[in-house]
Amino acid sequence: MNLNFATLADLQKALRDRDISATELTQHYLTRIEALDPALNSFISIQAEAALDAARRADECLARGNARPLTGIAIAQKDIFCLQGQRTTAGSKMLSDFIAPYTATCSEKLADAGAITLGKTNMDEFAMGSSNENSYFGAVHNPWDPQLIPGGSSGGSAAAVAAGLCAASTGTDTGGSIRQPAAMCGLTGLKPTYGRISRWGMIAFASSLDQAGPMTRTAQDAAILLEHMAGHDPRDSTSLNEPVPRFSEGLSNNIKGLRIGVCREFFTDGLDPLVESSIRQALAVYESLGATLVDVSLPHTPYSVSAYYVIAPAECSANLARFDGIRYGHRCLDPENLQDLYQRSRGEGFGEEVKKRILVGTFALSAGYFDAFYHRAQKIRRLIKEDFVKAFEHVDVIAGPTAPTPAFPLGEKAGNPVEMYLQDIFTISASLAGVPAMSIPAGLANGLPVGLQLIGNYLQEGPLLQAAHQFQQATHWHTLTPPEAL
Amino acid sequence: MTIPAGWQIDIGLEIHAQLNTQSKIFSGASTLFGQSPNSQACAIDLGMPGVLPSVNAEVFKKAVQFGLSIGAMINQESRFDRKNYFYPDLPKGYQITQMDHPIVLGGEITIQTSNGTEKIIRVTRAHLEEDAGKSIHDFKPGYTGIDLNRAGTPLLEIVSEPDIKNAEEAVAYAKAIHQLLTYLEVCDGNMAEGSLRFDANISVRRQDAEALGTRSEIKNLNSFRFLEQAIHFETERQISVLEAGGTLIQDTRLFDPDRHETRSMRSKETATDYRYFPEPDLLPVMLTAEFIEEIQAQLPELPGKRAQRYQTAHELSASDAALLSQDRRLGDYFDEVLTFSGNAKSAANWVRGDLLSKLNEHELGITVCPISPKHLGEMIQLIDQGVISGKIAKAVFAALWSKQTESAGDYVQKNQLEQVSDASAIEPLIDALIAENPKQAADLRAGKDKLLGFFVGKVMQATKGKANPKQVNDLIRQKLSEP
Repeated sequence: MNLNFATLADLQKALRDRDISATELTQHYLTRIEALDPALNSFISIQAEAALDAARRADECLARGNARPLTGIAIAQKDIFCLQGQRTTAGSKMLSDFIAPYTATCSEKLADAGAITLGKTNMDEFAMGSSNENSYFGAVHNPWDPQLIPGGSSGGSAAAVAAGLCAASTGTDTGGSIRQPAAMCGLTGLKPTYGRISRWGMIAFASSLDQAGPMTRTAQDAAILLEHMAGHDPRDSTSLNEPVPRFSEGLSNNIKGLRIGVCREFFTDGLDPLVESSIRQALAVYESLGATLVDVSLPHTPYSVSAYYVIAPAECSANLARFDGIRYGHRCLDPENLQDLYQRSRGEGFGEEVKKRILVGTFALSAGYFDAFYHRAQKIRRLIKEDFVKAFEHVDVIAGPTAPTPAFPLGEKAGNPVEMYLQDIFTISASLAGVPAMSIPAGLANGLPVGLQLIGNYLQEGPLLQAAHQFQQATHWHTLTPPEAL
Repeated sequence: MTIPAGWQIDIGLEIHAQLNTQSKIFSGASTLFGQSPNSQACAIDLGMPGVLPSVNAEVFKKAVQFGLSIGAMINQESRFDRKNYFYPDLPKGYQITQMDHPIVLGGEITIQTSNGTEKIIRVTRAHLEEDAGKSIHDFKPGYTGIDLNRAGTPLLEIVSEPDIKNAEEAVAYAKAIHQLLTYLEVCDGNMAEGSLRFDANISVRRQDAEALGTRSEIKNLNSFRFLEQAIHFETERQISVLEAGGTLIQDTRLFDPDRHETRSMRSKETATDYRYFPEPDLLPVMLTAEFIEEIQAQLPELPGKRAQRYQTAHELSASDAALLSQDRRLGDYFDEVLTFSGNAKSAANWVRGDLLSKLNEHELGITVCPISPKHLGEMIQLIDQGVISGKIAKAVFAALWSKQTESAGDYVQKNQLEQVSDASAIEPLIDALIAENPKQAADLRAGKDKLLGFFVGKVMQATKGKANPKQVNDLIRQKLSEP
């Protein structure tokens, strides 16, 4: 078996059948990381020793026959999830030395299920970005072409899986940060319903939008991982008190009669014709599988980016106020007084994009502007939610492109924030509504992966994963790997 | 202080009351006072990255108790907001509070004014929020220490309308709130530990002016005395500025009790824009009608009602009624004494007299009183029934206090302290006394009533206090009036 790009499901079987050991698998990835990651920069930190220790314990469990579902599976975690005793940076200089004294609930659940963490992946600083160029630890390179961006903000998590440096990874998605990099790197990435996965221990960007999720090679892998990440957590009062279905069961049911909404507003001028053609072909595949295509409209979609870029910065301006150089994190040298301590610690600790968003958010919440910006953005958000509620009266899943273009060259949009923000034009509305959405590989455009976005109704990750899995049974896009260079 | 002629004062108070929950409002850390710095601040209180608040349900109960007690409306949908500002003792850079949806809306507090009349002060609202930590300035030269033990302690901020017209009313209102909160046992009321702190919004205007004057907010007054002084100094300052033809600017001020002045911290122009917005980490909490009804049903009889009951149903004096109803546990004790003693007047006298002075002498609270209300009540009943005299009762009370006995009845019986009410046992004693003291007997007969005490005392002495003094009285008069 080729371990490089083996699916999580295959690895589960191989480990259980003792075809490979957890130690072999972990060592295999660590060797690859050492060889390939200098060119990709997908990891911020690697916990080789801890991972090998965990692998040895996993092998003991496997030998004794009391393995848990993910025993021996080596994954990578976005460096936004706090892991007790380990450095957790959120891609920022501000937290470049921060050792978390607690573990994120979803990381804890993965560990409880037996998963091994190889390291923490690179990301746009505080998850703000769509290209992974905003990291204090340097840009991440796309394994499909190192001159290109991997997408963001979970760019390190995407690149690591795409390059075969781990079996799967965790990401977070605020406006598309799982789905867009998944699309750019040819992966399956799922943003569950808001509240499905606890946010405890996950460093906040925009609390009402942030949602963790799996980044994997297949829908089946995403289903397996989600089962072990989701669940109610009393420590997060926005966490949903809903049972977690066995997502990985029932994937193989056929999708005859599935009503797929084709959202008009997702096929706009900015959409790359090659991407559009891949998406149209993917929709044809669905028809051939017995699904019905239904024309739907989400009329407020054009306002989603504007609303998002008020709400997310507003929340982030408050969420990031705690990084003040007082208790932890970066502190400037020899502050003259309190004001100087604040100004220089934050001025030095945060990167440009983060500062920009804090300023935008602070402005949007200011007296005299609150109604015009924050309040109006919340109104749009409600309208967008209603759009989805109405659409799901007629369809089971809504389909469209994940991103308007395939991966673009590093530096290309760095000077043009609006163009960069439009990368999330198709992903943001599901974030604002809080509905689950995923991206799956659906073709190539000039040799680069194209992502198909599937959006489901609240708590309907099951049907969504099933639709994705059925597509992957009929197509080979998800099996494609980056060119031989790797 | 008297208010200068031609001026009137308008004061609104914001009272920050720490709710006496075991753990903090958004974390499980203890709220215990006086622990070593930062020993009671968990990751949530420290505002660490990635941690989230979750609400301590106890705070809703306490806030609703207060709201119902002042006749307020309870907001069933309770939401939280973020109030953003930077300060080192505010770990998250924002305070979680309630801006648009305060849990308590309206309500009123009745105070007694100095001329003895009652006055109603309207409460605008009361909302839940978290306390900040403490900055300890210059704890070593050039350094400020931060103690976050207090960070996250639940606060109920009670905001009044500007119905308060002078410092005395302000203190009366603040004391009434203090009494109510402690009576409800939702706040320990410990002023020295900062459990209750006041911000006073003060403005002055000419007697004939319709609109309120420009106000100043005096922050963080932590005693009734400072509240009173700050109002005096601030109103004096405002009036002197205006009388000199100056204008006031709306500002926030600090009271300096050492220098007897208030100092401006910031003006309205430079005021912080708190950028309030809904707290996205906490979902709105819906209080059910049943939850509120249950609290209503369990609400204790409030001091005002209780005092009224003592006056009307038990015919106590206004001062007895007020004293016995100001402290909830004292009132409960008294009520229980009543069920055993029957005699309210006598019960009130024993509780407010002997019992309270004994408790004060030993610095004990009513809840740890060594005499149970039942036993005190039974003792009072023995007096009422004439079984023991008031004088003997003092000895019985002492025995109960020192735990020599549990039951007054047993003690009286064992020590043969029953009052002698048998006239045939007392009459010979009186006859003998008249014979032994003919001059005094003659004088008494002639109208020197003072001498009655002389004879009564002798009889009591001879009976070791067991004679019934009233009966002795009657018998002496009877004997002397005999030809």
